[in-house]
Amino acid sequence: MTTHVRHLRGLTIATAITLLVALALVFFYVPFDANQGFIQKIFYIHVPLAIVSLVGYVLGGVFAVAYLRTGERAWDMRSYTAIHMALIFSVAGLVSGSIWAKGSWGHWWVWSEPTLVAYLIVILLYCTYQPLRFSIEDFERQSRYAAVFAIVCGAFVPINFMVVRLSVNYLHPHILNLEGGNLPGSMKLTFYTSLLAISLLYATLMKYEMAAKMTRIETRRLRRRLLGEDAMRPLGRSAAPQ
Amino acid sequence: MRTALTILRKDLLLELRTLEMLPAMAMLAVITFVIFHFGLSRDTLSGQLAAGELTVTLLFSAMLGINRLFVAEREQGGFDAFLLAPVDRSAMLLAKATALYIYLALLELVALPAFALFAAPPHMGSSLPALILFLALSNGAFAVIGTFVSAIAVHTRARDLIGPMIGLPLLLPALIATSLGIGPLLTVHASGSPSGKWLAVLALYDLFTALLAYAVFDFLLEE
Amino acid sequence: MSTATDPAGATPAAIAIDRLSRYFGERTVLREVSFELPAGQTLAVLGRNGVGKSTLLRILATLLRPHSGTVTILGEQLPQRGWAVRGRIGLLGHEPLLYRDLSGRENLIYHARLHRVPGQRVEQLLEAVGMSSRADDPVRSLSRGMVQRLTVARAVLHSPQVLLLDEPKSNLDPAAGELVEPLIGRGCGATRVLTSHDPQAALVEADLVLALSGGRAAYFGPASGIDAAQLRELYA
Repeated sequence: MTTHVRHLRGLTIATAITLLVALALVFFYVPFDANQGFIQKIFYIHVPLAIVSLVGYVLGGVFAVAYLRTGERAWDMRSYTAIHMALIFSVAGLVSGSIWAKGSWGHWWVWSEPTLVAYLIVILLYCTYQPLRFSIEDFERQSRYAAVFAIVCGAFVPINFMVVRLSVNYLHPHILNLEGGNLPGSMKLTFYTSLLAISLLYATLMKYEMAAKMTRIETRRLRRRLLGEDAMRPLGRSAAPQ
Repeated sequence: MRTALTILRKDLLLELRTLEMLPAMAMLAVITFVIFHFGLSRDTLSGQLAAGELTVTLLFSAMLGINRLFVAEREQGGFDAFLLAPVDRSAMLLAKATALYIYLALLELVALPAFALFAAPPHMGSSLPALILFLALSNGAFAVIGTFVSAIAVHTRARDLIGPMIGLPLLLPALIATSLGIGPLLTVHASGSPSGKWLAVLALYDLFTALLAYAVFDFLLEE
Repeated sequence: MSTATDPAGATPAAIAIDRLSRYFGERTVLREVSFELPAGQTLAVLGRNGVGKSTLLRILATLLRPHSGTVTILGEQLPQRGWAVRGRIGLLGHEPLLYRDLSGRENLIYHARLHRVPGQRVEQLLEAVGMSSRADDPVRSLSRGMVQRLTVARAVLHSPQVLLLDEPKSNLDPAAGELVEPLIGRGCGATRVLTSHDPQAALVEADLVLALSGGRAAYFGPASGIDAAQLRELYA
């Protein structure tokens, strides 16, 4: 049990500091973008959120492979929390992207931006992860099917981006195109600091969720041993592994 | 291979006896064309609009078949019977995907003439071979993803909901390629030669989904 | 068939289960159940409804995974080597595993193909269970007793070495029971595991008895060592 709680405090402190530094850089250090002005600063939040959430989805698939290979519940839990957190991050990413689009192009939604469209499709797909888990009653089957879903969809994420990109005759907003290479030094530093901060935030939240869920399972197990089988209320249906 | 043929034969025989899927799929396709006629208020369509109508109609009809693909196995013990036999589990994927492919091809045999009659541009004939090529490829992705999704959904309580919810996003790359590929074929003065780019995308997506489904399908059959 | 003869001369176990447990979620259905069943003998599993009889049979049929303990059947360990014993086990469960809209003959031919059994065997069995005249009617139009006869034919189609029978005679009248006796009865030659909640009838059929209560083995031993009243007391 302790393995899930170990390093939690250190990780939390590191996350808080990095996040503060990143925000300070965004607001006080990096200069305004020449074309877009203040609104462009959302880029330092939006892009890391998007990147981290997409990596999170793929990570969920990787953990799912480990679950199917080993059959250990902990891997199912990791896969679940990875996807759960990625979903939360990607909704935040979608909203921040939408705000950015409104600020710089005047529309809340633009179809000409393939990254955004592909991102939406991925989110819609992963929105079915929880309902799928919830609608399978047998715990083992739930975990197994969720793992299969996570693997297939994890592989689907990059393919989907490629196909959607092909479909748009794209007029790219210049800032996303730069891949860091042409970014001025100050922007690059701020961007990578933000990316690190958001990644740490993702890892920390994932660890917290893992710890909470594992602790709940463990207390239940102990209660059952202490009070006997009959004293336990049956588990309700749940989308989370239990 | 022999096992897959056995299952396929049984599936086709069952469908022939019950006619549960095909008539409903064909009916839905025709009625959807009628609905589109009123929704769009056009007598003939061309280009991307026509392509969109055709793709969406085929998708909806396919969804009916996909939802029912494993229902008999689930409700009448077909899964158990299959699992008790000393056979390769992948045979089930191959058989079901082939069955679905055949249903889709039969559906298109009805839906394409109906589309030509109700909505298509006047000179669709010259584009027909290219159109059929596109449908042959997109049916592949539909069949594989449909089988995969159906095998998952049939074990959930809300199988009619879970199936489309997972299936539609997964099908989107194939839908994009089909729709954008057949759009130029349905313009009034179409050249009739298909876009190599979208054919390639479809073929690669077929391959990608087939490999992926093959890799994970066994886990869906285990109790 | 290394299990059929043993160099040491003792009858080898066709089925050996050691501290088998199985859970559904956090509910324990089977708790550390152990037994050994020599080849050719019959084990009767007794207990009330929901005590895990069917679960035990499904585990033996390789349809469910054991969660802990070891299960060895025909010398192969489950679930790792489940594929090696599949096709040597016949399951007669609560579900007939027949398609309602196909005829009895079509169903049996389908199963025969899955098990690579020649087509004549289907005709023989249809004859044996007295279903030749109704073999082309869809299963949904048959009475429960007739379906059960077809189910018996399906279960023994591939001449399994181990027969798992979940209340095999529940839907059969005495005459039909006589009819299927040579296929699944004592003289059929297979190692049998059968469940029942009628201890009287089970004791007549069985060599060994396993009484389950609360997922545990309340009694395991020879059928001659216990009578029906004692059994009822054990798991009531």
